[in-house]
Amino acid sequence: MADGLQTARAGVLTTVQDLGRAGYAHLGVPRSGALDTGAHRLANRLLGNPETAATLETTLTGCAVRALRPTVAAVTGAPCPVTVDGRPAAWGQPVHVPAGAVLDVGAATHGVRSYVAFDGGVDADPVLGSRATDLLSGLGPAPLCEGAVLTLGAPPVHRPSVCCDAAVWAGPPRELLLPVVLGPRHDWFTPGGLRTLLSCGYRVSPASNRIGLRLEGPALERAREGELASEGMPLGAVQVPPEGRPVIFLADHPTTGGYPVVGVVPREALDAAAQAPPGTPVRFAPAGA
Amino acid sequence: MREAGGEGDAGRGQLRAAVLPVGRDGLLVELGTAEETEALHAELLRRRARGTLPPVAEIVPGATTVLLDGFPSADAARALAAELPGWDVPPLTGSAESALEIPVRYDGPDLADVAALWGVAEDEVPRIHTAAAFRVAFCGFAPGFGYLTGLDERYHVPRRADPRTRVPAGAVGLAGPYTGVYPRSSPGGWQLIGTAPETVLWDADRTPAALLAPGTRVRFVPLDPDGPGHGERGAGPAPGRRP
Repeated sequence: MADGLQTARAGVLTTVQDLGRAGYAHLGVPRSGALDTGAHRLANRLLGNPETAATLETTLTGCAVRALRPTVAAVTGAPCPVTVDGRPAAWGQPVHVPAGAVLDVGAATHGVRSYVAFDGGVDADPVLGSRATDLLSGLGPAPLCEGAVLTLGAPPVHRPSVCCDAAVWAGPPRELLLPVVLGPRHDWFTPGGLRTLLSCGYRVSPASNRIGLRLEGPALERAREGELASEGMPLGAVQVPPEGRPVIFLADHPTTGGYPVVGVVPREALDAAAQAPPGTPVRFAPAGA
Repeated sequence: MREAGGEGDAGRGQLRAAVLPVGRDGLLVELGTAEETEALHAELLRRRARGTLPPVAEIVPGATTVLLDGFPSADAARALAAELPGWDVPPLTGSAESALEIPVRYDGPDLADVAALWGVAEDEVPRIHTAAAFRVAFCGFAPGFGYLTGLDERYHVPRRADPRTRVPAGAVGLAGPYTGVYPRSSPGGWQLIGTAPETVLWDADRTPAALLAPGTRVRFVPLDPDGPGHGERGAGPAPGRRP
């Protein structure tokens, strides 16, 4: 397939993402993939792409690409101004981009990460079955840089004629409420430490990234000292390093680790975590079974 | 959900493990020793190959745990948690399986420190290290990085007090009970005893991409710094060969 796009503005961090490479954690390979999987899937559905097609994931400042052949794009996730050659275009709807035109995905008006799907998907070389950029291990395509050319796959044969699921997204709540299932290592913390987790407010730290959502706030009191023998770490693990502030593991998290996991945030709550900018208040609540 | 399995009254193979819930659809099985952990991991892989294990996205061994993550439902996870302590897990069989050979030049910057910690002469370090039969206990840190057990307890060493900001690819290091080979250049705090210049631990374009997986048996063979012909190794370089 011929070249499809040329990067005109890379933004602070724009990566190629899909649904990741699950099934290789035992080899030390993170799952990776889109942080806001709902937005990634919706962008593909809007174009009739399979949900596994690769999209671009932007970070706060968006990105711009020049179409090297006519294409159709859809932008979801963090709401932002969308333009084609400077003319306003729809967010959350298929947008036609003529050959030579520049699609500009602007800075997020709220939220953090926008997803840009293209007709046929971004066609980077897959690694272990996925085109996702894994920033922890450096697997998958490099983050976009100015001038970089991306290939697009073959457009889908059946494009949805009516756009039925482009519900307007309300944007991230002012406060991120994270359900948490305690364990497996909540017994490494005192009852007071667990009360701190479930009753005190935290804030999203600017040091957050695709590996983890770091929090600012009170430290959790430990019931026992020392290091845990390395064990497997699930997506959504609330890991507590020695300084006591929880880190929620996102898609590019390490697969094993030696700090205790006080609880796990269920997968379906992580899309919202991916859209919480630094400073967002965070509260934990016990998850229902 | 914490359950202690068959204490004393059951067959030798019966699992003695605590099963801890992980989120809604995962389990962490905690065992007493690294050997029991590897035996359970092998059993899980056998059951998965036979199709008798409920589908689960990830089976991730740790030092003394196995994480089972991503069951199709919370009920599936709960059912296996209830069943696991009754499993009859055969102990690990001997090292009948041939070992992967990793040629090493014992020229690491921490060789003298390790010799001092072991209380041996520097040239004894390669002899002791190449005599041990290693197994990949678990992976992590980076794709292709295996934590290898097999060194006798008296040869366990602490991490360096001052981690290096850059350890080159191929460096062979020791930390705690483990030996590891850095798949690529990265920061690291392990005591470096040598270099494995011929072995490619990770190559995304190769099948399999990772040379080392949990359970892989490994032997290190000495690579003469002055050329081939030293020790039991043949002449030609054969990255990651299996004899």
